[in-house]
Amino acid sequence: MSEHHHDHDHDHSELSETELRVRALETILTEKGYVEPAALDAIIQAYETKIGPHNGARVVAKAWTDPAFKKALLEDGSKAIGTLGHVSRVGDHLVVVENTPQRHNMVVCTLCSCYPWEMLGLPPVWYKAAPYRSRAVKDPRGVLADFGVALPKDIEIRVWDSTAETRFLVLPMRPAGTEGWSEEQLAELVTRDSMIGTGFPKTPGAPS
Amino acid sequence: MNGVHDMGGMDGFGKVEPEPNEPMFHAEWEARVLAMVRAMGAAGAFNIDTSRFYRETLPPHLYLSSSYYKKWFLGLEEMLVEKGYLTREEVAAGHAMQPGKALKHGKFDLANVERVMVRGKFARPAPAPAKFAIGDRVRAKNIHPATHTRLPRYVRGHVGVVELNHGCHVFPDTAAMEQGENPQWLYTVVFEGRDLWGADGDPTLKVSIDAFEPYLDPA
Repeated sequence: MSEHHHDHDHDHSELSETELRVRALETILTEKGYVEPAALDAIIQAYETKIGPHNGARVVAKAWTDPAFKKALLEDGSKAIGTLGHVSRVGDHLVVVENTPQRHNMVVCTLCSCYPWEMLGLPPVWYKAAPYRSRAVKDPRGVLADFGVALPKDIEIRVWDSTAETRFLVLPMRPAGTEGWSEEQLAELVTRDSMIGTGFPKTPGAPS
Repeated sequence: MNGVHDMGGMDGFGKVEPEPNEPMFHAEWEARVLAMVRAMGAAGAFNIDTSRFYRETLPPHLYLSSSYYKKWFLGLEEMLVEKGYLTREEVAAGHAMQPGKALKHGKFDLANVERVMVRGKFARPAPAPAKFAIGDRVRAKNIHPATHTRLPRYVRGHVGVVELNHGCHVFPDTAAMEQGENPQWLYTVVFEGRDLWGADGDPTLKVSIDAFEPYLDPA
């Protein structure tokens, strides 16, 4: 990329400047023999297709229907999920925390962006941005209000700051009116935000 | 380090703004940055703690004004230069000008893709018995290392209770500085919201961090 002049003009957007620099870095890494561009493509494709909140949703739905699995999940999240062949492989140190009528859990990483990728996919921008990271540990009810979520006044709010390589997944409460539903039907109700603790599962019959 | 990345409890950043139907990447270059970070990490150019430290040491105005993947890019470029994997001249030229340095795990090629999709293992055999038991009261030390640490400022000096013991894990404070894995016991320690934020704090709030044993004193 020898045509990479630094002759900025001021309508040269930050995006294209960054784009040029990123391309230059990839060129250098490739030319030096550190990476194979096709392997980078494959990483991106894997993120785009293999991980995502559908994995977490299946785990939650199973926990709602299978008490033995739920017990194992709360005891050792990684181990319990490892027994489910159909869910993406999960790394170590996953801790699943259960919402109850007495306690609502919410997950944050105040120092960077730690998040259970295998269960939820890549984190959304808001999870990695200053407003959420700064306020979640001090004013979680205010943060929940930004999401349009209100909790009963006296329910305990437990915020889990992911400061190490442990990862946290919230097990939300099963919505009322879902008696007899299959795991597949239940999984459809489980939203990403309900597994972070900034939302609730969808209610049966409500527009999605 | 007491950097702007340590955001817990800061005011003034405004409302959380969820984006409906957010795409996984907002530009193609973001995906390339993610892939390069994952690939070079897996090839052994750096560990996860070192990569975090390089983002934290970005100048505060850049940290706060850059998008997430821009921070990843800036941290990656600086780290690879400082670790000798490329030179500033090469960055300026946009091309390699000399042969690469050997990577611990070799070139990142297609055969390595599968293994980056599962998180690394951070548990290690215990070098000594755990000092704390579940239910113990502990005080987060009032320490202010200028280097990498995972003890956020907002808990320092405060008393909490040990709730979970996760075993011994790689200690980020030394791993980030390439001073060894130095495994330490890791605990979930829970604090009362009002102990952290004062009498005006939310009385229903409890906040936990995952704290390495060297961060804690008995209380």
